[in-house]
This record gives sequence, C-alpha cells and structure tokens, in this order.
Amino acid sequence: MDPGRNEILRRVRAALRDIPPGEQPDDVPVARTYRQTGAPHSPELVARFAERVAEYKATVHQIGAEALPSAIAAACARRGVRRLVVPPDLPAAWVPAGIELLRDDRLNNEQLEASDGVLTGCAWGIAQTGTIILDAGQYQGRRIITLLPDYHLCVVRAEQIVDLVPEAVARLTPTVRAARRPITLISGPSATSDIELNRVEGVHGPRTLEVLIVA
Amino acid sequence: MKHEGLPSTPISFYASAKEALANTQLRRNMGKATQTIRAKRASVVSEMPDWEALREAGRAIKERTLRHLDDYLLQLETAVQAAGGHVHWARDAREANQIVTRIVQGHGAREVVKVKSLTTDEIGLNAALAAVGITATETDLAELIIQLAGESSSHILVPAIHKNRAEIRELFMRTLGVSDLSDEPKALAAVARAHLRRKFLSAPVAISGANFAVAETGTVCIVESEGNGRMCLTLPPVLISIMGIEKVIPTWQDFEVFLQLLPRSSTGERMNPYTSLWTGVAPGDGPQEFHLVLLDNGRSGVLADTIGRQTLNCIRCSACLNICPVYERTGGHAYQSVYPGPIGAILTPQLVGVDVAGSLPYASSLCGACYEVCPVKINIPEVLVHMRARVVRKKQAGLLSRLDPENVGMQALGRMFESPLLYEQAQRLARLGQWPLVRGDAISFLPPPLGGWTAMRDLFPVADQTFREWWAARNKT
Amino acid sequence: MQIALFITCFNDTIFPQTGRAMVQLLERLGHRVEFPTAQTCCGQIHFNTGYQREAIPLVRHFVATFARYQVIVAPSASCVGMVREFYARVAEVSGDRRLAADVAALVPRVFELSEFLVHKLGVEDVGAYYPHRVTYHPTCHSLRVLHLGDAPLRLLRKVRGIDLVELPNAEQCCGFGGTFAVKNADTSMAMLGDKLRCVLDTRAEVCAAADNSCLMHIGGALHRQRAGVRAIHLAEILAATE
Ligand code: SF4
Repeated sequence: MDPGRNEILRRVRAALRDIPPGEQPDDVPVARTYRQTGAPHSPELVARFAERVAEYKATVHQIGAEALPSAIAAACARRGVRRLVVPPDLPAAWVPAGIELLRDDRLNNEQLEASDGVLTGCAWGIAQTGTIILDAGQYQGRRIITLLPDYHLCVVRAEQIVDLVPEAVARLTPTVRAARRPITLISGPSATSDIELNRVEGVHGPRTLEVLIVA
Repeated sequence: MKHEGLPSTPISFYASAKEALANTQLRRNMGKATQTIRAKRASVVSEMPDWEALREAGRAIKERTLRHLDDYLLQLETAVQAAGGHVHWARDAREANQIVTRIVQGHGAREVVKVKSLTTDEIGLNAALAAVGITATETDLAELIIQLAGESSSHILVPAIHKNRAEIRELFMRTLGVSDLSDEPKALAAVARAHLRRKFLSAPVAISGANFAVAETGTVCIVESEGNGRMCLTLPPVLISIMGIEKVIPTWQDFEVFLQLLPRSSTGERMNPYTSLWTGVAPGDGPQEFHLVLLDNGRSGVLADTIGRQTLNCIRCSACLNICPVYERTGGHAYQSVYPGPIGAILTPQLVGVDVAGSLPYASSLCGACYEVCPVKINIPEVLVHMRARVVRKKQAGLLSRLDPENVGMQALGRMFESPLLYEQAQRLARLGQWPLVRGDAISFLPPPLGGWTAMRDLFPVADQTFREWWAARNKT
Repeated sequence: MQIALFITCFNDTIFPQTGRAMVQLLERLGHRVEFPTAQTCCGQIHFNTGYQREAIPLVRHFVATFARYQVIVAPSASCVGMVREFYARVAEVSGDRRLAADVAALVPRVFELSEFLVHKLGVEDVGAYYPHRVTYHPTCHSLRVLHLGDAPLRLLRKVRGIDLVELPNAEQCCGFGGTFAVKNADTSMAMLGDKLRCVLDTRAEVCAAADNSCLMHIGGALHRQRAGVRAIHLAEILAATE
C-alpha cells in the first residue's frame, strides 16, 4: 500500500481532532440562497446570450431553423473555408455544398491543422455569461476537433440556452455522473491579457469563434 | 531576485520591499495592472445581485470540505480510479517530484508541456525534472516569458505583470530567434502561438495543476484563458495533474458556486474563455493515461490550526493581491515565495514556519480590503494577526527575548497600561523626555528603531495638557 | 443620556483637543458626559503586533473600567473596532469564561462617534459651523471593520459653511497600520505618498477622518512638507460653532 496515502490520511485526521466525532459532512450547513433558477426561455434570454457572446469578440448571428444551411454556407464563404472538419454525427443537411468535408473518423493532427475550420453543435449555452458548453455529446465530437482548427463555427439551438450557471451545471449532471464525458466551457475565443493587461483574442485555440443561434 | 518554490532560509519582507519600491518601472506597471483588474472585478461583481450569497456558499462549502477532508479525499480517489485514472499521494515536494519523474521516465519522455500551476512551482517541479534531463516547457504566455527570462513570477494570475511590451519584444527576439517583431501584443501572442504549437503536438506527457476536483464524480477542472490548457489536457497521450489536498470539493453541484466566484474574482470576467472538465479517461478522446497526484506538503499542518484552517479555502483567484495597497506598491517578488500578496503573507509562514517567513504577517497595514474581496471569505487580517502572535510566542520562547527591544518595550507598555497611575506618570515623563526632540510644535527626528516614522513624517508630541489633565482641571472649578 | 467617554490613550496623550471637542459636542446635544479616569489603552497596539497574551490584562482593565456604563462612545474607529472585533478573541485566548461573558455584555454598548450620532441617535445636523474646504478620508477601520458607510459624510454635509470635496481613491489605505508604519516604513511611505497626492489634488485646507491615528500619519507628513493642509478629527469639525 502507498505509504504516502496512509501518512497523509493520518495527518489529516490528526489535524481534525477538534471536529466532534459524530459530525457528518451535511451537519456543516451550506445555504444555497444564491440564484439557482433564472429567467425562463424567451426571446430576451436568447438576445442576452447573443449579446454576451458577442462581447467576447465572437461573431453571432440569429437565424431561423430553415435558414441554417444557408447561414453555414454563407459563414464558410465569408471566411473562405474550403476544408471543413465536422463530427461524425453532424446532420448532412447542415453541410454546405462545394466544401471538402473532413468527417472526424480519427482524423490525425496534421489533417486537423490543415483544415480551414470546424463546424459543431453544442450541449448548452449560458446567457448570464455568454458561455457555450461542449460535452462531447450530439454533433460535438472529440475535444481535439474544436481545438486545432483556427476557426470554430458553432450552432446553438435557442432551446439549449439557459439563463444561469447553476442551471447549466444541473443539466450537465448526467454527463458527468454516468457518461463521464469531458466537458469544455467556451466563452469567446481564447484570449490573453498577459502583456500589459491588453486583451488579445486568439492565442492557442481557434482564433475566431462564430456562433449561429437557431430559433 | 529569484525564488523558486517556497523560501527555505529566513526572508525579510522589509529588505526586499525596500528594493522593489525603488524600481519605478515596476511601480508603474503594478499600479496600472492592479487598478485595471480591480475596476474590471468591481464591475462584474456589481452586476451579481447574489454575490454575497455566493461568497457565503463558497465559504461554507470549503468549511464542510475541510472539516471532512479525509472522507472527501478517499471519495475522490475512488471516483478517479473508477473512471480509469491513477491516484498518487505525495507527503511533500520531494515525493511529488519523484512520482512525476517516475511517470515521465516510464514513458521515456525527455520533454513535457506544462499548464501554469502554482502547485508545481511550489514543489519546484521544473528544476526536479531538469535535474534528470527532462525539459519542462511552460505554455502560458506569461509563464513562457518568465521562463525565457529566467525569472520567477510576480503575480498568481498575471505572472509577467512586471514586464512591459518593449521588454517582452526584446526578450522574444533574443530567445526565440524571431526578427522584425513589433511590440503589438497581438504580434507577440502570435509568436508564442507558433513557438508552442510544435511543442503541444510533440510532447508525450503534459503536466497541470487543478483548480477543483469533485469528490463525488472524480471530475477535475482547469480554468484558463489562452487555450494552452486545452492543448495540454487534450493532445499529449499522458496527463499528470498535481493538486493540493485542499482543492477537492464535495459534489458536482458545488461546482456551480465556484464557477461563478472564480472568473469574476480573478480576471474580472463573467467567465474565463476556457474551462476544461474531465473525469478519468475518456475513451478515444484526449489522453488515455491520467494520473492525479494529491499533495500535502504542509497543508495538513495548516489544517490543524483552527484559525489558520480557513487559509485552505483559497481558490487562488488573486483578488486579494489586486486590491492590496502593499502588493500594489511592492509587487510580488518582495514576498519571496511562490505565493505573494495577502494570501502569501498568511500561507507561506504557515507552510514553512515563522522562523523562515515571520516577516510576512507584518507585511500588511491590516486595512482589510483583502477580506472584503475574497470570494471564499478568508478573514485574512484575522489570520495575519494570529500569525503575528505565533511569531511573538516563538520570539518569547527564545533565549534572547529579554534583549529584544520590541518585546521589552511591549512588556513595559503593557505594565504601564494596566495601571492608570503608571500611565499618567508615563505621560508626564514622556513630556519631559521629549523636549530635546521637539522643534516648534512637532518632532522631526526619532532614534532607531522608531526612525522609520520620522523619515517622512513629523510626530506630534505629548500635549502640554493631556485630556485627563484638562478634565480634572475643568471639574475642579 | 449619560455617555461615558472612551477617549483612547492616543487622543488623551497627543490629541486632547479631540477629547475636548467630544465633550463640547455631546454636551451641546444635551447629553451628560462622564470620563472614567481609570481608563488607559484598549490593547490594540499589543494585539495587532502579536502580543496577544499581553493584551489580556488590558482587556480586563477596560471591562472593569466601563462595565457600569450603558453607553460608551469613542472618537476612534480603530479602537472601537478592536473592542468589537477582537475582544472576544482575547477573552478566548485568556481561557477565562467570566471575561468572555463580560466582554459579550459590554461590546454592544461601545460606539464610534459618527455611528453613535447617526445610527443610534438619528442625528445628522449637530449645529456645527465650519467655513473651510474639507476633504474626508474614510479610514480602513471605519470602512471595513465598523462599516460606518457614509455616516461621517452625512454629518459633515450638514455642517454650515463647509466646502466638502470628495477625496479621490478615498477607500485606499493611507499606509498607517499601527506598527506597520515603523516595521515597514518604506512601504508605508509609498502608500502615504499616494494618499497625500490625492489629498493635495482636492485643494482642501483640511483633511478630516474619524481616527487620529491615521491623521497623525497623514498630518505628520503634511506638516513636514509644510503643505498648508491640516489634518483634523471629525469631532473637532462637528464641535465648531459660529
Ligand atoms: S485568499 Fe481569497 S482573494 Fe486571495 S487568492 Fe485566495 S481566494 Fe482569492
């Protein structure tokens, strides 16, 4: 057995001698008086999400469901995307015509780096913070495909948007507890403020994040 | 002034602060930086109507965790193992470094990439790896700058806060072999991106710290901005994360509290750009081998002190640094520890003892600004004063305590204040004794050790008629 | 109302004019002021410097001196802060339960001047007249230990003739901090330098505060520089009349 383990546990228990022996963790009160539910689903909520995502210097468009394929095509055209990475389960209808599609059946690093961008869906969005959540679920794929390409086009359905952080954390519970899938929270493109505190968007991840919100 | 890890020989905050205060460039950079972050923090905190409720919940969750830390560590271990990860326990820095070195060598790796982590700085991991021929590359922009410059960081969150763009440009041109570089932050960031991309793609092992680890699920969390964290956590086939034992939180639900407290307190953003969460190994996605190293290195000693214990609430947001009027002026290096600012002033002496770091608890005017902003409500002034008491007890236990002028003076002062008679006598004596010093209506020179006062300030003397003398005279008539 | 004046050792010895102003002001408002002459020091110097055991007899002495008074008022935010925030801790260190109980009973009856006037008596206009340009420095212990908020400013705003100007960066520490000013004199002076710049920028002739300890620090430097700005305790402004 690990000698460090026993010793650390012994030290911790010795340090906690002042705790009454019968005390259970739940005997230490935690008041959850902070907001756990926010505004219900509404156009205002979607608008707030759009506004806050945009504040991180991401480009945001709100579109109707029928316009999704054309909006994707338009975004790719604007950006000059020729080779587009997509997760294996991405709906064929989303894929614009005339673009070389790189479906991720274990694409290697070189292929991902040589692409012009990646198109995915997402798990949830948080309006309060302008955050997009990827949980390796539907239309999202492996973490690496949204990391190496320099452009990330992300589709968020309006009903995936919740108001507050606790609402999103609650909805992720099954992903964490049962499926144990990795989760990435994205709030704008990567950024650094390490040089004289000037914010620079785009360091290591995709330097451009574009979001399509589908009503 | 270079200080890897924690100090091991006695340090003097007074001396290092004096040196730092003379650096005008540092003063300017620090002033600008801390004021900018302070304003950002204040603005994103003010938009949260439930901020105080969140702080209280954060504090309470940490209290619950610490009071039952053994249970939660065991839960965490079980959960990580169940998800395909390996768990290691390190009693001290040396043991942690040995564990990591063994894993890295086991894969025959000569090079690792790292995400910024105070914990790995604390244990001096880079030096330990270098000693066996393994190169650790720091991948945060600021850490890279620090590493290239051969310095140590001056801020928890913005380690290169003391360097301006011209200095960084010069450094990159000199060390990365780029020419024709402008001093635009965007251009500087692009150089780092290109330089590090090759490292991310080739390194066989990545090393990170951990912001949180959920006992219930075994989920580990890294909060970051630049994406180098995601790179390290996703690309190399082996991942080693080192966390202090106090970083565990009980449940997944508890995460919702810290995910709100941390970004707003640290970078002053509603949310930081990237937060990564992983639970053991995800088949076919990211590293297929995951090691979690649980580090004690003095933390159990901090835990044993019922007043000092709250120090372990710390989520390393650095809000207390940015608000601190002392830190703003001296910068981080003056604290001579990987943990600077108010948190460093209480944590370092608890980790290494007051013999080494006894000057740090005095590096504060007890203004209380740190307590007010701390997202987990650590009563830093309370712990500072508590640590001062420890310094004094240690001093008094020593053989030379009867020669220590402060101790002697404090004892005399105490005896005087205990007796109104002695006190009144002392007032009269002081009035007599001060006459050689009084010039006009003030004293402009005092002998050491009080000379610090009169270096810049006049001192007002004992009044010709004290209040109690006035009161007695008035009530006589 | 009968009020026991807790003058604090510092004011008694160096700033008696503040004590005299307290008496004048409270009597003008119709109260009876008593001065328990046995009082000395609250123990803050000892406690904050780490001499906790040495603070125990001083806390005992304070409790014995003031136990029989219903209302105790002091012109010092930091000394009242010591009593309110740390007396319980000193009692705990002493291990004396009696002392702990006595402290618990006494602490709620001890007030700082401006909180006493504004929050306890509900008075803002104390009938003062002070025709000077004044800026107010809210000391750290006023702000963050006693949470006085704008009570001192509410009192000052009602003073006739006053030209009250806002102090930039007001909430930042002046660098006093008791023994900090001596032990870390250089850092203390760097903080003081910035505070002075803010005070001078207001072009005020008077810098006021609820604590003579910080004022001694700020005022000591203003005096050294012959800056033409005086540091004056809030009580003295409130006591002034035509
Ligand atoms: S002590 Fe509090 S404010 Fe300072 S870094 Fe830790 S959590 Fe943040």
